[in-house]
Amino acid sequence: MAVTIHIPTPLRAYTDHREAVEVEGRSVDEVLAQLTAAHPQLRPHLFTPEGRLRSFVNIYLNDEDIRYTGREQTPVRPSDSLTIVPAVAGGR
Amino acid sequence: MLRLSPQDLDRIRAHAERDYPRECCGILLGRAAAELRVASEAVPMRNANAAAPANRFAFDPREHLEVQRRGRERGLEVIGFYHSHPDHPARPSVTDLENASWPGLSYLIVAVAQGRAAAVNSFELAEDRSHFIQEDIQAGAAGAA
Repeated sequence: MAVTIHIPTPLRAYTDHREAVEVEGRSVDEVLAQLTAAHPQLRPHLFTPEGRLRSFVNIYLNDEDIRYTGREQTPVRPSDSLTIVPAVAGGR
Repeated sequence: MLRLSPQDLDRIRAHAERDYPRECCGILLGRAAAELRVASEAVPMRNANAAAPANRFAFDPREHLEVQRRGRERGLEVIGFYHSHPDHPARPSVTDLENASWPGLSYLIVAVAQGRAAAVNSFELAEDRSHFIQEDIQAGAAGAA
């Protein structure tokens, strides 16, 4: 069993239009590395050139924001699902 | 290009007027195909920026996740976002650019002048994230997509 990553609509242009991608891994870090290895064009949209997750990228493991569960080191189990949601903010 | 029904556009304008002088914000649900995004619903969101609601807005991340999930259950995707610029033109600010996420989404901005909704423009983030590009807004049928 693999971890399912739900891809936000605008990023499906980089995943052959797949809504969800299944990858193996033991932590959020590992599954994101697998995801971007399989779909390299995704990488600049999720990570800075220095390799850090972009500040507006929120990741939920099932229903939990990984900021509160150990960030990218959060362990994942088979059958977990990750959802990528952009933080939305701005102003005049 | 963004296709939006006059009814949804009216809802967005009404939301912007109701929240004036604070900024309002919301989600556009619908379907995206190649260069066309078809909105079928404008979902008002709470402005979670309590510190500076007159010139900043932010979504509550959990509310965003919920709206996205409920949309997905009905076959609708998040295709863009809207927010208001009280007493300011309907064009992206430096703050809007700094906070933008990805190309392929519509960023609709409604200007509100003295409490009345005015110009409405929509933009897309350039592929290299350096600037916004204005996109056409086409009037669509209510509940389309």
